[in-house]
Amino acid sequence: MRKTLLKAGLLAGAGLFAANAAQAVEIEYWQYVFDARVKAMDQLIENFEAANPGVTVEHVTFPYADYQTRVVAAHAAGRGPDVVQLFYGWTDNFVDGGILQPLSQEAFPPAEIEEDFFPIVTAMKREGAYYGLPTAVRSLALFYNKDLFEEAGLDPENPPQTLDEWVAAAEATTKRDGAGNMISAGTTLDMAGQDHHWWREVLVRQFGGAPYTDDYRTVTYDGDAGREALEWYTSLQTEKGVGAAGFMDEGQAAFRAGLAAMTIDGTFRLGAFRSIENFEWGVTELPAGPDGTRSNYSSYFANGIGASAEGEELEAAEKFLAYITSPEAMEIWLETVGELPARREVALTEANLADPIYGPFLRGLDYAHTTLFVDEAAQRQLIIDATNRILLQDVAPADALADAAEEEQELIDARN
Amino acid sequence: MSARTDILDAPAGPRPLRPGRIVAWTLLLIGGVVMVTPLLFMFSTSLKTAGQVYDLRLIPANPTLANYVEVLSDGRFLRWFVNSTIVAVAVTLSNLFFDSLVGYTLAKFRFRGRMIVFIAILSTLMIPTEMLVIPWYLMASQLGWLDTYWGIMFPGMMTAFGTFLMKQFFEGVPDDFLEAARIDGLNEFQIWWKVAMPLVTPALSALAIFTFLGNWTAFFWPLISVTSRELYTLPVGLSSFAVEQSIQWEMIMTGAALATIPTLLVFIALQRYIVRGVMLAGLKG
Amino acid sequence: MAQTNDASAALRAPSPGLAEEPARGWHRLSMSQKQVVWAWGFLAVPILFYAGIRFYPTLDAFWLSLTDWNLLRPARFIGLENYAELVSDPDFWQVFENTFAYLLIGTPTSIVIAFVIAYYLDRVRFMHGFIRALYFLPFLTTAAAMAWVWRWFYQPPPIGAINGFLGSFGIPAQPFLRSTEQALPAIMVTAIWAGLGFQIIIFMAGLRAIPGTYYEAARIDGLGEFAILRKITLPLLKPTTVFLVVLSSIGFLRIFDQVYNMTTNDPGGPLGSTKPLVLMIYQSAFSSYEMGYAAAQTVVLFSILLAVSLLQLWILRERT
Repeated sequence: MRKTLLKAGLLAGAGLFAANAAQAVEIEYWQYVFDARVKAMDQLIENFEAANPGVTVEHVTFPYADYQTRVVAAHAAGRGPDVVQLFYGWTDNFVDGGILQPLSQEAFPPAEIEEDFFPIVTAMKREGAYYGLPTAVRSLALFYNKDLFEEAGLDPENPPQTLDEWVAAAEATTKRDGAGNMISAGTTLDMAGQDHHWWREVLVRQFGGAPYTDDYRTVTYDGDAGREALEWYTSLQTEKGVGAAGFMDEGQAAFRAGLAAMTIDGTFRLGAFRSIENFEWGVTELPAGPDGTRSNYSSYFANGIGASAEGEELEAAEKFLAYITSPEAMEIWLETVGELPARREVALTEANLADPIYGPFLRGLDYAHTTLFVDEAAQRQLIIDATNRILLQDVAPADALADAAEEEQELIDARN
Repeated sequence: MSARTDILDAPAGPRPLRPGRIVAWTLLLIGGVVMVTPLLFMFSTSLKTAGQVYDLRLIPANPTLANYVEVLSDGRFLRWFVNSTIVAVAVTLSNLFFDSLVGYTLAKFRFRGRMIVFIAILSTLMIPTEMLVIPWYLMASQLGWLDTYWGIMFPGMMTAFGTFLMKQFFEGVPDDFLEAARIDGLNEFQIWWKVAMPLVTPALSALAIFTFLGNWTAFFWPLISVTSRELYTLPVGLSSFAVEQSIQWEMIMTGAALATIPTLLVFIALQRYIVRGVMLAGLKG
Repeated sequence: MAQTNDASAALRAPSPGLAEEPARGWHRLSMSQKQVVWAWGFLAVPILFYAGIRFYPTLDAFWLSLTDWNLLRPARFIGLENYAELVSDPDFWQVFENTFAYLLIGTPTSIVIAFVIAYYLDRVRFMHGFIRALYFLPFLTTAAAMAWVWRWFYQPPPIGAINGFLGSFGIPAQPFLRSTEQALPAIMVTAIWAGLGFQIIIFMAGLRAIPGTYYEAARIDGLGEFAILRKITLPLLKPTTVFLVVLSSIGFLRIFDQVYNMTTNDPGGPLGSTKPLVLMIYQSAFSSYEMGYAAAQTVVLFSILLAVSLLQLWILRERT
């Protein structure tokens, strides 16, 4: 903090001597802590500083759990980053709160952005202006444990492609002890993880509905499709018994421990799963619905420019943003973090598409949807609660869903 | 209070050995073992490899310190340990100084407004920290205290509990002692510091134990006031570490053990003082 | 006085910066007047502290509870709207109920257990110190750390230690933290566990403070063990008991560390079944940035604490 004040003083001083523009410009980049991301960003900063001798970038990181709060609080306290990473779902909050400034149309022409990037970047667009650009995008896929597949007599090189095949595989791989306790799950069931996205953007559509209207301003999942999708999801625990919410605390923990044959998770989990040593695992596209419909959920962290950046700092911030969203940066990011490049030409290379791990995620991007959240945590909580009411309190799925839809609609309306 | 044997000792005098007493003793021992079971399992699991975590035996098959090496290798636990120590020690010293100074003034000086000051300070016992957290946060962010050691420490620099405790003890100090010192030409500060304070060392150690322990284990305010990982205290660091470990229990148990070991070692070394301190505080507090 | 090089010279005058004139004035003060100056001198910094760090924030919290401040926009006075919103928020009533469940079940349970253990432990001589240490150790642990140990204990099979233990007796696995009924008691147990050692020690101190002559007199009167307990021990332990009840009630009303750490993936447990008021305050303030709304909740917490404490003081006064 003191440093910031000092810096503010220095900058004020620097303004007087603007003629001696040889002064080094320092900008701050904020993101959350995640080892691979920090490492990748450090490398990008190094490259950037080498190419732009007049600019230094200070890399500030915060814990993920309260990253958003920290950024907002820092803004309230009168300090802010020059370039900041944000989840696309926070854009409304950050724009309303005056934390971000729109990207200049000259430096980042919208037409070019829309041509080069995957279409999901439009979630960063407000009234014709972009408020940020991603380095990488994420999608979901089905991870499966090849050892458990083999043990259950399934072909580890031929993972399930439809929901029916998927249920059959889950049934075959579930193991219980003499007392009926699950000792190894066919699938993880974890609405607090990625399952709520899977249900919202994938299952609801595969059961013939849509979660929201196209502008994401009206909740529409409380129809037959949504109900059937949720009934089907909860029946995995209640009737089919192929998984249990809370098994091994978290879904990803169960899969990593080798105690769940399948889990649905995102690209960002690749790093953690790569450290698995005691079994082989594979990745495949999310199973197709009864009528062959495929869907996916994709999301991303974008990089925006802080509202307080101006003059030399703004210029440097724009240069830096351009670099970290360049093809070169995306390749470094893919290598270090394992997240998919946000530019189509960088992502959809033959090598990537043929890759046994990246391939399924990239194909998923093709037909992915990006939910326009107004408050991701609160909207997730509603689906968690609806599921818990069905699983723990025997509430009828239709009622649980109707309540969730009503509350979510209120949340959305409150923001508009 | 009766002046019988030391407060810590078991009651003296012969007692008949009755079967009921043996049963009670056995039950007490079993209860005590149950009480430390979570700690035993924590240590045991911290010595297991990821593959052995699901084996619930208390004694690990092949105990290993590998988890400790891994957790300690990047230095962050050490850093958090240092942070917690700095914060807890500084706050404890401040409380020892100010709480006893105020307690002494309220116990031994006669002046108008004494009762008002006393009641005002005592009334802050009724204000829950949680109520002050939002204003503190606002204040700290405006003054640039967020994310500093001072930001973690400032709310606890003095406490009404400590002041009350010290006042109770200073009231037991005979006025003659102070008067004699006054005649010897000591000023009031010297009388407090050189004459009165040494007479209440048991109370001071009780206050030190409570303040240190309270700040060492504090979670709510450090969680709110600190942003950077470098400034985390041990409990906040452990909590964020546990989340980041994505439920790898052997690593989480290692972290929890590292957070617990220091206080356990201190307890084993100073058991009598600590228990006596807690008892004294309880009786007078 | 001014010439002395005694290091504490500065402390002799109430205000070391003052020049000759007032220093001479100091001499003219009577003994008791000097005492008054010293007293206020000693109290100066503490008074500033209590005013700035305790009383002003308290008033500020009341004020903020009447505003819609949310970090992103400046505070605006909105009267009692936050309170109206609270009353009509079903989540708040659930949280309210949970908070009282922690208080009304947790406090009596822990006090009774602590007393029974202290009562018997007080008479134990063989390995007294060791057994006492076993009970006392959990008090020294960090709640945030032990919450994770307990979270692991409560896991379903195959990793949960408690379910593993139950299973070996043929008892079916319990959902614990995954159940709307069991989650709150499960978390409460961890809080009781952590506080028990302290309560036992305080009870033992209280027991030992009862003069032995009382017991001797009672025995001469021919009272039995139980009658002694009822007529002498319990009444004389009343101050200790009230002290512990107040402390324990405050502790349970403010429970946070355990809940926060044991339910990180669905904060407040399934369907909010374990969420206490302080967690709701934390979420409102630091996850949703609704500072005004959170401040209103803190005022409610304050009122509950005040009411509970006054009630307990009143009960104490009634019977003595």
